[in-house]
Amino acid sequence: MSKFLYASIGRKFLMSVTGIFLLLFILVHLTINLLLIFDDSGALYNEGAHFMVTNPAIKIMEPILALGFLVHIIWSLLISWENYKARPVKYKKQDLSVASSWASRNMLILGALVFVFLVIHLANFWWKIKVSGHDLLNQGLEPGADMHNTYLLVSTLFKTSWFYSLLYILGGVLLGLHVTHGFWSAFQTIGFSNKVWLNRLQTVAKVYAVVVALGFAIIPLYFMIKF
Amino acid sequence: MADKILKKLYIEVWRQNNAKAKGKFETYTIENISTGTSFLEMLDILNNDLIEKGVDPIAFDHDCREGICGTCSLYINGRPHGPDSAVTTCQLHMRKFKDGDTITIEPWRAKAFPVIKDLVVNRSAFEQILQAGGFVSVNTGGVPDGNAILISHEDAEESMDAASCIGCGACVAACKNSSAMLFVSAKVSHLAKLPQGKVEAKARARNMVAKMDELGFGGCTNTQACEAECPKSISISNIARLNREYLSARFSE
Ligand code: HEM
Ligand code: SF4
Ligand code: FES
Repeated sequence: MSKFLYASIGRKFLMSVTGIFLLLFILVHLTINLLLIFDDSGALYNEGAHFMVTNPAIKIMEPILALGFLVHIIWSLLISWENYKARPVKYKKQDLSVASSWASRNMLILGALVFVFLVIHLANFWWKIKVSGHDLLNQGLEPGADMHNTYLLVSTLFKTSWFYSLLYILGGVLLGLHVTHGFWSAFQTIGFSNKVWLNRLQTVAKVYAVVVALGFAIIPLYFMIKF
Repeated sequence: MADKILKKLYIEVWRQNNAKAKGKFETYTIENISTGTSFLEMLDILNNDLIEKGVDPIAFDHDCREGICGTCSLYINGRPHGPDSAVTTCQLHMRKFKDGDTITIEPWRAKAFPVIKDLVVNRSAFEQILQAGGFVSVNTGGVPDGNAILISHEDAEESMDAASCIGCGACVAACKNSSAMLFVSAKVSHLAKLPQGKVEAKARARNMVAKMDELGFGGCTNTQACEAECPKSISISNIARLNREYLSARFSE
């Protein structure tokens, strides 16, 4: 089995499985986040956020998600290194743009940038909610409410910081680019594709990528424009 | 369309005396080439010039010169088999170039395809992959009655399409990872689609992929460059099939 996970197709299989898992997570995450812009009182989003920190199923998923990211990232480095080594002497003149998409050739860079964003994002919210705590989390709630005002923490960041708002828009776009290729590639890797399905998957990949990029970008935009 | 004359071209080419030598690029000029000349004929003309000047002619691979054997190679101006699509280098013509162009010619670059001399690389790694499983070794009996084993039209077509791979190695040269997946998938698919090949399908996929990894080819990241540059337009749907065959073989161990 260990040999399988190190063989070329085995390595890719792991990338694909973790990638599909991350694709699903992103959809759930986006759905909850969109509650931010559908209720300016914040009650709806706070309910959602409260559910996410208290629901036992979600609690189980949290370490699995972290593991998913970890495996995806470690194997991406492994794959990229092995593939780099397969061409010891590089071409002098190489024109790859006619034959392959830009995103497909830059998955590692896109992924690494998503990772940088992820670290900043976790420091902004996850760390404050789960570890350090933050004043805003306890303000503006009904007396005796047993939850955090996560809405206040998030909306304040976007209302007050152009820098972070733009960063979050960029994060959405980078993730969108990563998955324009990643989405269909993951299915190709596990063998779920053929001449007919390839086109379908590539179309769905584009739709998914646009939904994710726009969906995540619209949230900071909403707060920047409206408030 | 009447052929034009390209008055002057600059040919920048990789020169390397032998497998061990350190190579370098040399630039030669060549004059009055008709646009109707094939790319390899242009190299023949250049080599004549070089021989007359007492320079060692450029070594390059070629055989049939009609796009069927897969022997010609050459990475021309950043693309395997040059700027035309779905052709081999022997089918490429000088009408694809303009007067005054600098044409950069490099050998296939891959760890598994070491340079032997100049533009000639050793592609026996492909042979080794075939020897690892690209055959049918079970006894399939005598010539069967034409209708005894029915094969659907689609299966026959897909098998034939995969079988049109000429083993040129452009897929490896084109791939940013030097992956041989398109070649291996074509060789696995043309047998996997037929009843005679099904018997050993699992072992075949496993052994050929293991050999491919062992020889130092990179892995597939689905960039699709191979399909775009393949002279026979072998589809990456064959790679999906190879993944399917390989994974089901590994999971049913
Ligand atoms: C939420 C974030 C992410 C999602 C949804 C995601 C999704 C995916 C998917 C679906 C694939 C395709 C797998 C395949 O082709 O079989 C993929 C590939 C890849 N991912 Fe991610 N990914 C994410 C984050 C990252 C991060 C943080 C990195 C780290 C550096 C990364 C690096 C890569 C690389 C290098 C590949 C390319 C593998 C290949 O082309 O074969 N990804 N990703
Ligand atoms: S798959 Fe295409 S590019 Fe690769 S060896 Fe076969 S014919 Fe050449
Ligand atoms: S020389 Fe035979 S295919 Fe080009």
